[in-house]
Amino acid sequence: MKIIVCVKQVPDTSGKVAVNPDGTLNRASMQTITNPDDMNAVEAALKLKDETGCKVVVVTMGPPPAASMLRELMAMGADEGVLVSAREFGGSDTYATSQILAAAIDTIGVEKDDVVMCGRQAIDGDTAQVGPQIAEKLNLPQVTYAADIHKDGENITVKRMLEDGYMTIKVKTPCLLTCIKELNTPRYMSIGGIYETYNKPLATFDFEKLKDHKLIDPSTIGLKGSPTNIFKSFTPPQKGAGMMLEGDGKETCEKLASILAGKHII
Amino acid sequence: MSTFNSADIAAFKDVWVFCEQREGKLMPTDFELISKGRDLANELGVNLCGLLLGGEGIEATAKELGGYGADKVYVCESPMLSVYNTDAYAKVICDVIEELKPEAFLIGATNIGRDLAPRCAARLHTGLCADCTHLDIDVANYIQFLREASTLDVDGQKWDMEDRNLKMTRPAFGGHLMATIICPRFRPCMATVRPGVMKKNPFDQAKADACVIEKPAFTLSEADVQTEVTEVVKAAKKLVDLIGADFIVSVGRGISKDVEGGIKLAEELAAELGGVVGGSRATIDSGWLSADHQVGQTGKTVHPKVYVALGISGAIQHKAGMQDSECIIAVNKNDTAPIFEIADYGICGDLFKVTPLLTEAIRAAKAAK
Amino acid sequence: MDFNLSREHQLIRKMMAEFTENEVKPIAAETDLNSEYPRENIEKLFDLGVMGMCVPKEYGGTGADPLASAICIEELSKQCASTGDIVATHNGLCCDPILTHGTEEQKKKYLPMLTTGHKVGAFALTEPNAGSDASKGQTEAKLEGDHYVMNGSKIFITNGYVADVFVVFAMTDKSKGTKGISAFIVESSFPGFSVGKHEVKMGLHGSPTAEIVFTDCIVPKENMLGKEGKGFSIAMQTLDGGRIGIAAQALGIAEGALNEAKEYTKGRVQFGKPISKFQNTQFTFADMEMGCEAGRLLTYQAATLKGQGVRYTKEAAMAKLWCSEHAMKTTTKALQMFGGYGYTKDYPMERMMRDAKITEIYEGTSEVQRIVISANMGL
Repeated sequence: MKIIVCVKQVPDTSGKVAVNPDGTLNRASMQTITNPDDMNAVEAALKLKDETGCKVVVVTMGPPPAASMLRELMAMGADEGVLVSAREFGGSDTYATSQILAAAIDTIGVEKDDVVMCGRQAIDGDTAQVGPQIAEKLNLPQVTYAADIHKDGENITVKRMLEDGYMTIKVKTPCLLTCIKELNTPRYMSIGGIYETYNKPLATFDFEKLKDHKLIDPSTIGLKGSPTNIFKSFTPPQKGAGMMLEGDGKETCEKLASILAGKHII
Repeated sequence: MSTFNSADIAAFKDVWVFCEQREGKLMPTDFELISKGRDLANELGVNLCGLLLGGEGIEATAKELGGYGADKVYVCESPMLSVYNTDAYAKVICDVIEELKPEAFLIGATNIGRDLAPRCAARLHTGLCADCTHLDIDVANYIQFLREASTLDVDGQKWDMEDRNLKMTRPAFGGHLMATIICPRFRPCMATVRPGVMKKNPFDQAKADACVIEKPAFTLSEADVQTEVTEVVKAAKKLVDLIGADFIVSVGRGISKDVEGGIKLAEELAAELGGVVGGSRATIDSGWLSADHQVGQTGKTVHPKVYVALGISGAIQHKAGMQDSECIIAVNKNDTAPIFEIADYGICGDLFKVTPLLTEAIRAAKAAK
Repeated sequence: MDFNLSREHQLIRKMMAEFTENEVKPIAAETDLNSEYPRENIEKLFDLGVMGMCVPKEYGGTGADPLASAICIEELSKQCASTGDIVATHNGLCCDPILTHGTEEQKKKYLPMLTTGHKVGAFALTEPNAGSDASKGQTEAKLEGDHYVMNGSKIFITNGYVADVFVVFAMTDKSKGTKGISAFIVESSFPGFSVGKHEVKMGLHGSPTAEIVFTDCIVPKENMLGKEGKGFSIAMQTLDGGRIGIAAQALGIAEGALNEAKEYTKGRVQFGKPISKFQNTQFTFADMEMGCEAGRLLTYQAATLKGQGVRYTKEAAMAKLWCSEHAMKTTTKALQMFGGYGYTKDYPMERMMRDAKITEIYEGTSEVQRIVISANMGL
């Protein structure tokens, strides 16, 4: 049994975000972190490893520096890392990304009692699409928004969160789960783990390695294979200095409420 | 089905909205999306259709969608569709789409919509844009939108005024950037749309009566479904703590003349916003609120979407805990209070007078949406 | 010469920074206010392999080097010097001498206890009348058959009332002065061992300091650490290593104070601009930053030398002296930048300043460090 966890290295948008004058993100000025929901997926996998002794493989698609994130996750306890990285994969939207990751996961191999885990969504794009799209490409059942996971042999019971409650869903392995922060608190790296991590296997899957997989086709990967394109990107008008509203009566409050409604804040 | 080719874009027509139901009841998002879909269908000159999946008898709810603008509602009934299930819903929706070929397909970005939409888009081989907050077909409308909501120099750019792509705009990087996405080569163009953003049309009974109900053929068997929902539990929203809250209404020394009354007003505003009550250090030290409410240097550091400071002067210790809030609203009697320096919106006045008016105004603004 | 940390050391710093931010910082003020031993965090540090980290794998540790341990202590001390102190004492003053001087049996028995066994360690040298001058110790151990009978007391013992394993120094032959001192491994469960007065201190409130008392305490013969009469040399050698820990602790305090002051002065507006924009503030920061960098180089050098098995007595003394004095200077100046707020418990500055002071005193006062440094200069 093994668990394959998909992770992404993202700019830390929780702090101050720097935007270039041309409206693009100033990535150089920002720290990169492992996407928070993905950390919950890793922790869920490591918990299952603690219980069952199964193997945990962490997979990411990204530029070569993303390998450092995989080393950190292996220092937490993951057994192997796979870095999916090639110029041909660049510019992929969620459809193309899931196509490539599905090919990579299929190359690692999904067996009868395996589980694929993802974070619910990444904080840079907030799409929550790649997990379900990988599941579709691999023809695996999916359960998203997992807040609790119990595995008993091939049977997995998941508490799947809804806005107004939750569902309990039963699914059999192999399957794909997407995890939310309510699921657990990710552990830290350990000193022992840090000294072991650079001795653990870390494979790089480049275009050569994946090009013969049935999901990999120039028309379905990279910028050219992405069904969606960015038409425009822009920054909202700068948050100006504060605005003092005149008066303290009903009209003033109504004006404020309409501003908030207009900005979709309420 | 074998004829389905998502790249043959000329074969696609009409705007569709997935109408989500839970326990046989339509979701508020359905009406919002139908209303927005109506605009888009008008701009394209095509029909607007709802797609409603549910258990036996769900058809009875379908006509209501017409009242908000749907010309037609496709209804798929099966006991296997009464409770949402990814496999069953994706199977039926993809089968129907492959048969009837809509050019645009909108889905509410609920926890269910965001589970379903990517699965369908991957199967149909088409593009999907997540959690959109703005949609346009007409370029002129889109340019007008950019004028208001962006810092782009729209007049300095060349525009193809004939462009009929659905322009799907959404926030990225925690709202620091906005991106408009198009799906030019595949159909249907799919988008999940953030609940609560699109404006609901007024209900029109005549249109509801005129709405056409169609029941497309589909097949669904146990073999198509790999997951089993064993229970659906409705839970009261659990008490959120300050750190996770999207809305915080905090009170300060300004409530001293009527502590209980002031806290009650804050609670009412917080309830209206769906948030929680916090307090400055003075309110905690005086025993007016328990320590877990404290925002600031010695309390919690918060960054909600909206932080309302009622009667808080804004000492540096307090600011340290809340200045990274996305939107700060301050109400204070003293117009030189430092809180106004960091507030996005300030009202100089007595919180006991302003707060109930603000609560009422927000309630009214939300109802009008 | 390579001034870059290894990739493992970089990860250790990152891990400890995250741990400190999430687990240590939130309770640091409370730990100080209530003089509470941060038991849960120490348990977590055992789980993460920080406690006893330099112990080799075969005895339950991870085989980390002294630099790794110094980095951990530094990061912890940025938010809570008490936690840094507990780790520094455990790693440097208890695990280290047992590992260096212990027999195979002693290592097999005690090092797993001090790592995977979650037992805290301590070091007991100082006595009421024997501070810097350890040769005047009164604690005596007399051999009676298969065991020693120990009598006397030790004061200011870090981890004193939480530790299970103590490295204790006692006279086995009073007539020989320092050459009559021997080292022992003493368990708190040994008959005749008791904890005396808990010290009420100016700072480092979370670090459990106590007097320990031996009343006809029975110590098995095989628990003598090193050879008879070698205790003083073991103590001095251990303190050389321990000073790296205190240097790292003091460095962490200084860096922590510097970080707090940077944040604060950027937000504090007076006379129409953030006070970080005033040149007086900026010049003060420049001195703080430079002193921290110098302290870091000294500390990492001493730790690296220790890891290489090279003599590092002078370097450790210089690191400890520089960092502790810089910590005192930096916390004082940083507190000043906070004005009246700095003097209150709303901000951590007064705690950091109180915590900094001890680093100029324990494990050899600044004066003793100057003796050690000059004694190694061939004067």
